[in-house]
Amino acid sequence: MEHLMHNYYEAAAVILFGIGFMNLLLQSNLIKKFIGLNIMDTAVYLFLAAKGFIYGRVAPIVTSGEAVIERFVNPVPSGLVLTGIVVSVSVTAFSLALIIRLYKVYHTFDMDEIMKLAREEEKREY
Amino acid sequence: MSINWIHNFPFFSIFLAMLGGILTALLNDGKKALRLNQLITLIVAILSLCLLLNVTANNESFTFMMGHFPAPWGNELRAGPLEALMAFVFSILMFLTVTGGQREIFSDVVSDKVKYFFIMINLIFGSILALIYTNDVFTAYVFIEINTIASCAVVMAKGHGRSIIASIHYLIMSSLGSGLFLIGLCLLYDITGHLLMPNIQEQLILLSRSGEYALPLTVVCGLVFIGLAIKSALFPFHTMLPNAYDNSTSAGAGILSGLVLKSYIILILKFIFQVFSLEVIQALKIENVLFVFGIVGMIMGSIYAFREVRIKKMLAYSSVAQIGYIFMGFGIGNMAGFTASCFHILAHAATKTLLFVSAGSLIETNGGKTGIRDLQGAGRLNPFAGVAYSVGALSMVGIPLFAGFASKYYFALSAAGGKLQLSIVLTALAVSMILNAIYFIPTVISIWSKPEGEIKPKAEPTFSFKCVCVAFMMINFILGIFFQPIIAVIEQGLRLLG
Repeated sequence: MEHLMHNYYEAAAVILFGIGFMNLLLQSNLIKKFIGLNIMDTAVYLFLAAKGFIYGRVAPIVTSGEAVIERFVNPVPSGLVLTGIVVSVSVTAFSLALIIRLYKVYHTFDMDEIMKLAREEEKREY
Repeated sequence: MSINWIHNFPFFSIFLAMLGGILTALLNDGKKALRLNQLITLIVAILSLCLLLNVTANNESFTFMMGHFPAPWGNELRAGPLEALMAFVFSILMFLTVTGGQREIFSDVVSDKVKYFFIMINLIFGSILALIYTNDVFTAYVFIEINTIASCAVVMAKGHGRSIIASIHYLIMSSLGSGLFLIGLCLLYDITGHLLMPNIQEQLILLSRSGEYALPLTVVCGLVFIGLAIKSALFPFHTMLPNAYDNSTSAGAGILSGLVLKSYIILILKFIFQVFSLEVIQALKIENVLFVFGIVGMIMGSIYAFREVRIKKMLAYSSVAQIGYIFMGFGIGNMAGFTASCFHILAHAATKTLLFVSAGSLIETNGGKTGIRDLQGAGRLNPFAGVAYSVGALSMVGIPLFAGFASKYYFALSAAGGKLQLSIVLTALAVSMILNAIYFIPTVISIWSKPEGEIKPKAEPTFSFKCVCVAFMMINFILGIFFQPIIAVIEQGLRLLG
């Protein structure tokens, strides 16, 4: 319990990841499904950002001319988080585009209903 | 001086493919996009061949610093005989698949979107090369995501409702896989402090020996392997494949099944050898897990394929079974097992692209119906595709002289790690070969049997398609008959990798 309080960022990240994961798997509304995916991704970034930060230190931008390593945090995790955010933005944009196309064909966002309509369509063809 | 020049080839290959994607966006015509793609795959094939000859002759593997930043900070590529061989074979297969399936691409992809289809093909090609060559785990993640998005776009290229559903399904499963992989990487960076594979390995061996961070290390291993197993459609995670392949173009399906899935498996191989090292893998008993899932996949994939009535879905389930073979080879755990798996990566890539392209042509001949019953007599009307399909099917079953036989032979040889393992591997191989025969032979009989009534071919095969069929069959025979030099290159590559 003490560890949990100490690492509350990580604990929050794990809880968020669980929420996102369950949404991705259990929601039948496609938009909510992808919101779940986004929460999941955000949880990973929170985790990585929290792991990469040391309390009391600042980003490694040298202004006064003196570079003391002990004052700065490692910039790589933040860089990774930024890259990850870009990736997840493009995945989200792509999936939303797909959902719009799907809505134009089947006029619903509900995955179960869409699957039912698609199966009927398939039966008609074969 | 000349050697230094050749060391740039991996970077050139990736850069060319990515540049091709960007240039294609500027073209105004699908035909030009196709020519550009063919040109790029051929150039990359030639570059990879030069690289392969060079590194095998020198018996060396090298790392290439991107932007000349030294090891712990910069980004690196790594190439050796194994990587060069994979890149060479994949680029040849890419060229043949796109060339062989071009008519269907131009007729079935939403018109005026054909050039975008080729952008995606170029991006897939670039990311496959990057996954083969990269030495940096985070670069691997970024290219996995590029690969995922491009693959989904290829799946939905036909633009009708079911292909979009298949694409969404593919996207959800893939995002799940890459999400798990990303958390694995975060934890890995957390406990080692490095992103380059050799540096991580150094730290992991120290951690494993000292027993520190034992639990996080196990979790990392689990996350990375489960993530990549989902991406490469190992048995319980295969659900996105059948619909995706059934609803995409044959060339697209061939590339997705033959090459894209393999690129993730090559990444697993790199993780085993270069990140975790065999020592850590053996200590964590990951091999046993891969072995069991591989065996189950071999059998279950075949059983599903057996129940399927549509040819492309059947081929998709057969891919699941073949992926099972590769994971079984990883699970055997000795060098012979890894060698057999690497050979099977090549054999299955060559055979599955052949099967999809020829099946696509048979479907065209019969007017677009994809049921196995509807293909009755298609081989008589379109003999080139029929013969090519039969060669592919026999190779999948594992008849001698074909590519599939050589890999199954090596799987059987490699399982020498104890009586239990040997008996399990041999039984699984036998059962799976019988199942393969049960579902492939009826399709071959069906395409050669006399059709009911008089039917006319709906489309004549083009000259380029005939050339592609001959080339595919030659590759299959080369892999099936002259496999010893290829095995030697793979063994050399694995030695340099470990």
